[in-house]
Amino acid sequence: MNSEDSQKTAVVEADPIIQPGLTLGSVTDKISSIVLTKPATPGWVFGFLVAFGLLMLLNLVITLLAIWGVGIWGINIPIGWGFAIVNFVWWIGIGHAGTLISAFLLLLHQKWRTSINRFAEAMTIFAVMCAGMFPLLHMGRPWLFYYLMPYPNPMWLWPQFRSPLVWDVFAVSTYFTVSLLFWYVGLIPDLATLRDRAKTTAKKVVYGFLSLGWRGSAVHWSRYEFASILLAGLATPLVVSVHTVVSFDFTIALVPGWHSTIFPPYFVAGAIYSGFAMVLTLAIPLRKYYHLEDLVTMRHLDIMAKVMLATGVIVAYSYVAETFMAFYSANIFERYQFMDRMTGKYAPLYWLLVACNLVIPQALWSRRVRRNVVLLFIISLIINIGMWLERFVIVVVSLHRDFTPSIWSMYYPTHWDWATFAGTFGLFFTLFYLFIRFLPMISIVEVRSLVHQTSADKTMHS
Amino acid sequence: MAQIFHRSTNFIARLTIFGGGIFIILLSFALYEIALSPWYTDQNVTRQQPVPFSHRHHAGELGIDCRYCHTSVENSSFAGLPPTQTCMTCHSQIWTNAAMLEPVRASYRDNVSLSWTRVNALPDFVYFDHSIHVSKGIGCTTCHGPIASMPLTYRAGTLYMSWCLECHRDPAKYVRPKGEEFNPFYQPPSRETPVSFEGKEYTDQMVLGRHLVSEYKIQSLQYCDTCHR
Repeated sequence: MNSEDSQKTAVVEADPIIQPGLTLGSVTDKISSIVLTKPATPGWVFGFLVAFGLLMLLNLVITLLAIWGVGIWGINIPIGWGFAIVNFVWWIGIGHAGTLISAFLLLLHQKWRTSINRFAEAMTIFAVMCAGMFPLLHMGRPWLFYYLMPYPNPMWLWPQFRSPLVWDVFAVSTYFTVSLLFWYVGLIPDLATLRDRAKTTAKKVVYGFLSLGWRGSAVHWSRYEFASILLAGLATPLVVSVHTVVSFDFTIALVPGWHSTIFPPYFVAGAIYSGFAMVLTLAIPLRKYYHLEDLVTMRHLDIMAKVMLATGVIVAYSYVAETFMAFYSANIFERYQFMDRMTGKYAPLYWLLVACNLVIPQALWSRRVRRNVVLLFIISLIINIGMWLERFVIVVVSLHRDFTPSIWSMYYPTHWDWATFAGTFGLFFTLFYLFIRFLPMISIVEVRSLVHQTSADKTMHS
Repeated sequence: MAQIFHRSTNFIARLTIFGGGIFIILLSFALYEIALSPWYTDQNVTRQQPVPFSHRHHAGELGIDCRYCHTSVENSSFAGLPPTQTCMTCHSQIWTNAAMLEPVRASYRDNVSLSWTRVNALPDFVYFDHSIHVSKGIGCTTCHGPIASMPLTYRAGTLYMSWCLECHRDPAKYVRPKGEEFNPFYQPPSRETPVSFEGKEYTDQMVLGRHLVSEYKIQSLQYCDTCHR
């Protein structure tokens, strides 16, 4: 071992990725017992019921939407996009952190990803499900969604390939497919562990079925590793491409406040920013409630806070650059748009966004704040709100002051708008509650390999 | 520890992987075929009518001009369905006691229109205009099929958008010289049935068609709002 490596080990020991003292057996016990042996706690049942109630609200809203149409939402010309697109961009942005953690960091050999990648990826999949619903519902006739796909049809029609909305369809569906496959492939050895430890026949059969006959042979492992790397390679470009395409939905249009070349990098940074905030929002209660502090350590929270800080700074730069360009370009429409953001009818929301996304997260520069779980949780919630406001400002404020003053108007979300948004939280958390109850929320296999490596390092070092 | 699954599950697993793929391909193929089948499109399916009116007899054997009954075809979007009085111009004189024609006489007597079943009806979101097609050299039989040999009328095309676009993308394939639009026996030019236009004999539809397209200034309109207004 050379000196650089031993230095690294020293750092790891001072601030470990996982708590020392864990063994291969204790890791497996700890993670699998949540699923197999421990009964559902009252807290889980309560949370699940709340989430399920909201999911039923979503069902109700979608039914009414199918009957009455999108008129139940507050959208009208010129603000045709409203909450549906705000929520779409917000949810899909959240997903990006999961892919970044699971794929990007796998290729970069970042070991700290191992104990958070599983639930971050689950978060991605559920968030993309929530996101994907909004454009379909916003079409007004969601049952005709397949018109968006190029397929041989008796109308002899293709989708309009020059429209970024069609690129969106491809970006999001690819993203969902690859994320789902990647997540599932990663789950297979863990499902086999659950199968082997399950006591009841029903569990044995279900986990056995899902683990696809995994026996842990050398050939299985070799193929597993190969598939993981391959899927990680496929998923990594998606971290950047999906939100770039989402930003094209805006930039390709000529609306002042949308038509800007800075949008793709700015959206990607914003997506990772909000995604990491959501990972923290989920991870902090999870590790507390299920006593996983030795697997999801302070080091994890610290690193995630740093990623948020870095992406937050990029987002801040984008805000400044965008505003600067509006004035520097001497384009009166662009300039008016930004003056309107800062001083117009929606100005309070803009300044709240600046506070949430730009000012408050600067506290993360302090190591004390990054190491304070409660503060970190609050900041992650604030960033989530801030990023939602950012999309609201982009979508609604840009549209409500178009080129022609005669069509200027205001957007007021109806209670059905709010119900749809709340309903997607129901969907997200219902799935998430089921996930933590029935699947290992932390990758047993990868953490075991980490235990193996760190204990090996230690023996070599001493 | 006993195995959870029997050895045969391996075979089922492999079968479902390949079977699933084959199933999806077959299913898409079946759906597409169903969408094109007469069962779904009513193409070539005769409709029950109050009177078994025969286009073969009237337009084919007797040679009555299309416009005798469908009067507004040249200057309206709708070709027009004849009122009972049009039928009675002849049938007050011939076949006056035919049992088959009793509904027509009843309609005339009671002044209640015959309710024909529409054979070619486009949905309301499609704007279609007969007059422009007829006045640019598209014949009745191009869309309505061999009407002069239909004892009972059926829909000759699928009425799918692909069916419209097939001509709209290249009108030269179907256009015919003016004066032939209402000829139910018109045959597109070939060696056996040459078509003369401006003193020249044509034996190839594409040659004649291209000439006519430029002569009649026919546009290949494919904008959405051409039909979906």
